[in-house]
Amino acid sequence: MVTGKGGTGKTTVAAALAIALAAGGRRVLLTEVEGRQGIAQLFELPPLPYEERVVASAPGGGEVRALAIDAEAALLEYLDMFYRLGVAGRALQKMGAVDFATTIAPGMRDVLLTGKLKEAVTRTANGHRAYDAVVVDAPPTGRIGRFLNVTAETARLAKVGPIKSQSEGVSAILRSPMTAVHVVTLLEEMPVQETVDATEELRALGIPIGTVVVNAARAPMLTGARLSPAEIRRGLTEAGLPTDRETVAGLVAEAKAYKARLGVEVGLRDDLAALGRPVVELPSLADGVTREGLDTLAGRLLADD
Amino acid sequence: MMGAPSRAHGRFACVAGYARSVADHSDRHRSPDLDVDALLADPGIRIVVCCGSGGVGKTTTAAALGLRAAERHGRRTVVLTIDPARRLAQSLGLTSLDNTPRQVKGVEADGGELHAMMLDMKRTFDEVVLAHTDANKAEEIFANPFYQAMSSTFSGTQEYMAMEKLGQLRARGEWDLIVVDTPPSRSALDFLDAPARLSRFLDGRMIRMLLVPARVGGRSMFKLASASFGVFTRAVTKVLGTQLLTDVSTFVAALDSMFGGFRERAERTYRILQDPETAFLVVAAPEPDAIREAAYFADRLDSERMPLTGLVLNRMTTVAAPAIGSDSARAAAVRLDEVGGHGVTADAMRVHAALVDQHTRQVAVAERFVSAYPQVPVVEVPAQAVDVHDLDGLRAIGRSLAGA
Repeated sequence: MVTGKGGTGKTTVAAALAIALAAGGRRVLLTEVEGRQGIAQLFELPPLPYEERVVASAPGGGEVRALAIDAEAALLEYLDMFYRLGVAGRALQKMGAVDFATTIAPGMRDVLLTGKLKEAVTRTANGHRAYDAVVVDAPPTGRIGRFLNVTAETARLAKVGPIKSQSEGVSAILRSPMTAVHVVTLLEEMPVQETVDATEELRALGIPIGTVVVNAARAPMLTGARLSPAEIRRGLTEAGLPTDRETVAGLVAEAKAYKARLGVEVGLRDDLAALGRPVVELPSLADGVTREGLDTLAGRLLADD
Repeated sequence: MMGAPSRAHGRFACVAGYARSVADHSDRHRSPDLDVDALLADPGIRIVVCCGSGGVGKTTTAAALGLRAAERHGRRTVVLTIDPARRLAQSLGLTSLDNTPRQVKGVEADGGELHAMMLDMKRTFDEVVLAHTDANKAEEIFANPFYQAMSSTFSGTQEYMAMEKLGQLRARGEWDLIVVDTPPSRSALDFLDAPARLSRFLDGRMIRMLLVPARVGGRSMFKLASASFGVFTRAVTKVLGTQLLTDVSTFVAALDSMFGGFRERAERTYRILQDPETAFLVVAAPEPDAIREAAYFADRLDSERMPLTGLVLNRMTTVAAPAIGSDSARAAAVRLDEVGGHGVTADAMRVHAALVDQHTRQVAVAERFVSAYPQVPVVEVPAQAVDVHDLDGLRAIGRSLAGA
């Protein structure tokens, strides 16, 4: 599971993680559950259907397939599997019954989504697991606890019936060592605060937390340096660049703002370290998220694990 | 003030709204500048809705707008926040969670006031129930496990309750201006859809069919229903279990007196949002996802005939030494490293090059919105070096918003 505050790049990190896990000929399923079609956008593909499609290959014959899980499609698939509804299932869909069912049972949507994940994780083909790993671009930190605990919620609400047993099965997997929730953050106040909050929440729920991924991290510069206009002017002269007052003052202001930011980042790194989980820092991708960029991030994730 | 700016319906009715005619200081975007002060000062504007995808600084923007409206324009203002950062909440005095506005201390207003509140969705839902039913029945509803689950976890409840709270604040008529932050939804559009979805559900055909047995003293109407409906109830009962259906059914029976009420309230809120006294500001960070979401939002507001007033391009990187381009800065850093003894300037050059590159990327991303919606006024707010969590920080953002 890859979560993180919105805007921290969790889809990018999920994709990089999938590519990393596919190295050495492994099969990985990369999924999304929020109907955003973020994976398709990342790989510059048309919107993904409810169907597992190859989106990337990795060295050694590895393969990443992607699936956009849709709650309604998952419900119909589920009903069909267990009740052989066939035509009646489609009639239900027409009547809006699927919408109704996912509405009256709060969390039903999440049960269906996590249920489909369980199916993908446990699926076998020719006596082997169909996938070596399933990577989920999960809901953001603000909703991750509810999303992953919803099975417990529903089990409480639906006291009998298949929803209850289904929920219990999903819940068991989510709380087992098979699962790790990785939290993506930036070195900014809100994402770090949400990372801390989500970590506490997941810990209380007994759901295993994996790595804290600091995205778009920069190697610190100008540490301990004494900034002065005279020093900058001296350097600019040496480099043959303009030394007018505005340029010099502008560069000093930029460097000062940068140092102020670094100071904030030091405090935030401490907050993350205090969580007691491994922390991986990923560089920001200068050319935006390209396939090469994803491979760079994947390489970094492999090096750190 | 010559009265509210005139607005015609149709594609981007906002054009005549709050665009400022100032000398074009750059040739990069052709869109008009958004005149935030004119918007905040306009007595015809009673509601400003800040929307956009999560993580773009909506809450901070809403708070900064509210503060400026109170301090600069003497308006009695309330800011409805959904999920503020802890330290920002503290600076607004949002420490007690009683679901009502509290006056913000330290506001230097001449005649204006700033009040702030944080939405408590469960309490707001309870208030709606209490407003429509007697105390005994309300107790029964509050005790129902389905209500408990739905009022705290139903997807869309937060959006619905945010709009409900907006309706309540407006109905009280004690505010010159209400600034609303929207929930950090998966999609920025959720708050437009959630009220309709919830009311459709509560007033819906399906739920009424389920309700029938409870109403006629347990005698099942399902026997009379069509064969396909028989399949439906069997499937629903099988999947969800009878207990859940019973809870839902008693919940809906208890809410019976409120039927129609939900739809009516949702429709009322919808009309408020369409009213020319409401202004929508789309907040976006100059990143692909946020800009894409902003574009969806602009389209959607237009098709809903809701007044889009402008785009707040938040957290723009500023370049303070534009005379040096990123390539020459990077080349200079390499050269200075070779020469030696210029470590500080070399690093400053690398910092500068990164800023210039980032700025260039941001401009290109923002350009996607600007070229698609050239009529929409835009204001850029520079990224702050440190996070904002006091009134002075909010004032600084307010000045940037006003282009001051």
